[in-house]
Amino acid sequence: MKIGIAVFPGSNCDRDVHHVLNNVVGLQADFIWHTKDRISGYDAMIIPGGFAFGDRLRAGIIAAHSPIVQEVKRLAKDGMPVLGICNGFQILVESGLLPGALLMNDSLRFVCRWTKVKVQNNHTPFTQAFSKREEFNIPVAHGEGRYVATPDIVKDLKKKNQVVLQYSHDDPNGSTDLIAAICNEQGNVMGMMPHPERASESIISASGSGEAIGIFRSLASFLEQRAVA
Amino acid sequence: MAQKFLVQVIIENKPYINDPEGETIHRDLVVKGGYSQVKSVRAAKMLKMTVNANSEKDAEKTVQKLCEELRIFNPVVSNCTVKASKA
Repeated sequence: MKIGIAVFPGSNCDRDVHHVLNNVVGLQADFIWHTKDRISGYDAMIIPGGFAFGDRLRAGIIAAHSPIVQEVKRLAKDGMPVLGICNGFQILVESGLLPGALLMNDSLRFVCRWTKVKVQNNHTPFTQAFSKREEFNIPVAHGEGRYVATPDIVKDLKKKNQVVLQYSHDDPNGSTDLIAAICNEQGNVMGMMPHPERASESIISASGSGEAIGIFRSLASFLEQRAVA
Repeated sequence: MAQKFLVQVIIENKPYINDPEGETIHRDLVVKGGYSQVKSVRAAKMLKMTVNANSEKDAEKTVQKLCEELRIFNPVVSNCTVKASKA
C-alpha cells in the first residue's frame, strides 16, 4: 500500500503525516511535489496542513490551481481515497472537490489547542475504525476554519450523511453546525480541520491515548479490504 | 484603440454569512467612537487591476470573466463586483 503526500511551498505538516504513516501505522508514504501532473502507483493521497503559497488571496486557492491538484481531482473521480487536513481541507474546498468554504474564525484569532470531535459517519475510508458517535481528542490549529455553506448545501450534506466529524465539546471557530469534517457524496474524499497526525501517538497527545490514529488506521484497513476484494 | 483602465474588484461575503471583522470594527471602533448613526459595517477585499481594453465595458467583461474562471472569489460564499474607470 502506497500513500502519496502532496507537498506545496508552505506545507508544514507533511513530515508529521509521513512519520505517522511510515513509522506508526506501517503504510508506505512518499512526498510528491506540487508540480507533478501524473501520479501512478499510489493507493491514496493526503493533502497535509500548512500555508500553501502563503495563503495568498485566500487559503487554498493558489494550490487548488496546481498541477498535482488537477491530477488528484482526476484520481478522486475514479474513487481514490483523498484526505485533506487543515490547509488540505481548504485546498479541497477551493478545488471544488468538496462544497462550501472555510472562512476566518469568528474569534478573528488563530486558534491552536486541543478539542474533541464526534464521529457522525463511520462509513468513510478515514473513519471506519471508529464507532458511530465515538468521541476523540484532537488538536486544531487554524485561522480560517469556519466552515460555511449555503443553507441548501448544509441540508444536503446532512441528508446524504456527508458530515463526518463535529466538534463535540466546544466551538473553536464558529463553523455551521459545528462541522469539523465533511466528505463528498461518494465518501472517498474527506476534508477535516483538526490534525490527526498530531494526535496519533500517546507521547504527544493531551489525553495520552493518541486515539486520532484511527483516521490513518481506517485508511489502512480500507485499502487492505479493497485489495482482498 | 486599446487604453489603460483601472478595474476595481470587490469581493464581499454574501449577506447570510456572519462578518466578525465588520462587526468588530462597527462595535469597537465606530460606535464606541461616537458614530452611532453608522448602523453596520461589512468588511470586504478589493483588488485593483490595470487592464488594456477598448472600453470600460470591455475591461469589466475581461475581469468578470477571469474572476469566475480562476475562482478569484468563492461563489458559494462571496459576491464579486467589478467596476472600471480610466487609469
